[in-house]
Amino acid sequence: METAPAYHLILEGILILWIIRLLFSKTYKLPETYKLTEKEKEDLIEEWQPEPLVPPVSKEHPAITYDVVTGPPSHKIIINGKECVNFASFNFLGLLDNERVKEKALASLKKYGVGTCGPRGFYGTFDVHLELESRLAAFMKTEEAIIYSYGFATIASAIPAYSKRGDIIFVDEAACFSIQKGLQASRSFIKYFKHNDMEDLERLLKEQELEDQKNPRKARVTRKFIVVEGLYMNTSDVCPLPDLVKLKYKYKVRIFLEESLSFGVLGEHGKGVTEHFGVNMDDIDLISANMENAVASIGGFCCGRSFVIDHQRLSGQGYCFSASLPPMLAAAAIEALNIMEEDPDIFTVLRKKCEHVYSALQGIPSLKVVGVSFAPALHLQLERGSGSRVTDLQRLRSVVDYCLDRNVALTVARYLEKEERFLPPPRLQA
Amino acid sequence: SALGLTAVHVKGQIHLRAAQNKQESFEQPPMYVAVMTYVGYGLVTLFGYFRDFLRAVGLEKCHVAQEREEQKDFTPLYQDFENFYTRNLYMRVRDNWNRPICSLPGPVFDLMERVSDDYNWTFRFTGKSIPNVINMGSYNYLGFAENNADFLKSVADRLQRYGAAVCSTRQETGNLSLHEELEQLVAEFLGVESSMTFGMGFATNSMNIPALVGKGCLIISDELNHTSLILGARLSGATIRVFKHNNMCSLEKMLKEAVCSGQPRTRRPWRKILIMVEGIYSMEGSVVRLPEIIALKEKYKAYLYLDEAHSIGAVGPTGRGVTELFNVNPGDVDVMMGTFTKSFGAAGGYIAGKKELVDYLRSQSHSAVYASAMSPAITEQIIRAIKCITGKDGSTEGIRRIRQLAENTRYFRARLKEMGFIIYGGDESPVVPLLLYMPAKVVAFAREMLARKIGVVVVGFPATPITEARARFCVSAAHTRDMLNQVLHHLNEVGDNLCLKFSRRKHPSRPDPCEETNS
Repeated sequence: METAPAYHLILEGILILWIIRLLFSKTYKLPETYKLTEKEKEDLIEEWQPEPLVPPVSKEHPAITYDVVTGPPSHKIIINGKECVNFASFNFLGLLDNERVKEKALASLKKYGVGTCGPRGFYGTFDVHLELESRLAAFMKTEEAIIYSYGFATIASAIPAYSKRGDIIFVDEAACFSIQKGLQASRSFIKYFKHNDMEDLERLLKEQELEDQKNPRKARVTRKFIVVEGLYMNTSDVCPLPDLVKLKYKYKVRIFLEESLSFGVLGEHGKGVTEHFGVNMDDIDLISANMENAVASIGGFCCGRSFVIDHQRLSGQGYCFSASLPPMLAAAAIEALNIMEEDPDIFTVLRKKCEHVYSALQGIPSLKVVGVSFAPALHLQLERGSGSRVTDLQRLRSVVDYCLDRNVALTVARYLEKEERFLPPPRLQA
Repeated sequence: SALGLTAVHVKGQIHLRAAQNKQESFEQPPMYVAVMTYVGYGLVTLFGYFRDFLRAVGLEKCHVAQEREEQKDFTPLYQDFENFYTRNLYMRVRDNWNRPICSLPGPVFDLMERVSDDYNWTFRFTGKSIPNVINMGSYNYLGFAENNADFLKSVADRLQRYGAAVCSTRQETGNLSLHEELEQLVAEFLGVESSMTFGMGFATNSMNIPALVGKGCLIISDELNHTSLILGARLSGATIRVFKHNNMCSLEKMLKEAVCSGQPRTRRPWRKILIMVEGIYSMEGSVVRLPEIIALKEKYKAYLYLDEAHSIGAVGPTGRGVTELFNVNPGDVDVMMGTFTKSFGAAGGYIAGKKELVDYLRSQSHSAVYASAMSPAITEQIIRAIKCITGKDGSTEGIRRIRQLAENTRYFRARLKEMGFIIYGGDESPVVPLLLYMPAKVVAFAREMLARKIGVVVVGFPATPITEARARFCVSAAHTRDMLNQVLHHLNEVGDNLCLKFSRRKHPSRPDPCEETNS
């Protein structure tokens, strides 16, 4: 038997000793240059001064003192003690003081009390809600509808339920604030296209298509949506829906349509912009609207195919984690729907009146009308802005006061200056 | 409990009582329960995969709604895996949720009878109703979900006069004199300078937190905060850090580290630090440790946002919430927020505090500018409820209800503990979670209780941690002693049948503020 050479044994011995040393030696730590002593921490805590919780608001800020309305905000409204013709509320069909609606709401109050005391999942689903959902679905000729208890929360919960991080949404620049909040909550990539500009949208879609070709695996799982409004709140005009549907099939994007202002206003039977243009309802993936304008109730709804809508019952945050709509408001909405179905002439009457007001408002010196002729909410903008938003707002406010003195109620359109993405210029809303 | 005593000395008031009252227990079940729970979920998941396979192969009919033919080549709207849980677990047991009712959500109600012919994929209403089911699920703490014509007279009058809604935002023509009256009442009720109300409780949080904090601010929020708080925090753009539930050591460590180290990469000091907590946590039933948090907040100069959705009207000798329960000056809480849905039987939320805060919110809150104002009838209901609670309407009805609620809560909790169930939360909290753990027991429990005409709410994953599925009872002032006894009797039987009495303790022990949760 040969013994191993001496240097072999010595080398192995050294290696074994080295391993033992490494096993038992302390782990190496990076020098803690940032470790503060207790005394230093106390000093830092003493020194630190946070900002005040809220910045001071000047007393003259126009938004602090609200105009006080005493009495019902119907066609004649009493603002700050003066009785005026109401051109400022969104009561388009005049259903706010309809006796039938009030009667049904009262009957519901007597049966169910006021609140529902629970979210939809925990005994907050009433038969009234189920009835309203099926009526809305029948009215809009879709498979299913889902109700939310607050109009703002409707689209702001619907968008994040479908669009997650990594998905792409193409939005019109003039999208209203609740859509913007929904987009922010969804954490998707947002691409804005110029207002009602189909060429700009097509350009963005083409760019996206090129991107997709570079990375087909990622493109296969990235969902794409277009979010538009039927009748835009900020510009009072209509989106070109047929062109959008063409783009939808060409580039394989889904369309979410927000119809808060156009539901109950556009179309022969008040079904909104799809009826106005004669577009097939199935081509739109999701229609969302709030019931706080034409329907004169509170809350909102989304309607579409069951495949799309059912998902919100478990992932719409404003649906699952919030109390349901009080039954008397749901009953009021059902009765409003009844009236809309029985009497489609009101839509023609509304349209005639809109056109009348629109033509009457043309030609006012230094104020121009923004919006289409059949829009029930118009904007009056200063022809020449003075360059400063504050002075413009003051001038508009003086116009509003002048009108109030002569018993006509208008209002300055309100925006949160720091939060809006594309801030519209100051204007009045009628 | 060194921190607890320090709090006492700093405030100079006697808060020892508060520390002693914290009989909150979060007992852990025996080990076999946790094991069986995991086994249960594992089995269901395996079964789920098997059935997905059957569906893919075509042996089983696919009930799930399908995409349109014309859109089959679009990117799929849902990932298959996202919906795995919904398809295979939730669908089989979903008859326990979204149960429709056809009467007032009072202490007893009528459920609509619904049956399913295809294992819960679709439901069919038989047209009959199940009458007089005892309601242990609705948030009706003070019993204001009522339809007594006398009580509701003023609400009916308002509805008749004003109509159902307002059709405008607060800043435009939606500000009724009614709203101003309500805000004044709320401010008086809470003992603060002024308040502002909003049309939806969820939206109150998600629309106002972004107005208060922004980039460069830090939000330290409790682990178990409600979704609306989390959404509001995310929308604000501030940095969010989470501390362990009700754990003051964790909170202090985080505050210290935040003040000393500043923002993560730039090391600049934070602009503001906002601590967000709730008065009563709706899934745990635990009550916030308010005096300790206020002491910490004063030391580290942070701001406190208290969400009293479940505690306003439900705790405290006169129903003014956790500030009254702990005898704390309401001016110490910077932002007091609450909802009217639970104790007041209406809808909506409020934010109250100093006048500067509320003035700022009047001009900057998203809700005031873009969202509709509260309906006049709902406003009147809240006005009437507050007047009743404070006794302004001349009767003692309010105080009677508050006392009844406190009595019912104590009785119910004591009896459940005696019977041997594991329940979470403090003794004053009317939210009583009863732990069930195993998924099959959760479902069996809910169905069994319905068969005995008691409506309960069960919650499982993902609203609770996966091993801690529970049934949650909401005690109400409108429950009579008989109703509670009936419920307890049935609970006893069902508990024995389903082996739900996991508790191994006779008396709950006094926990240390730093080791509240064993997580």
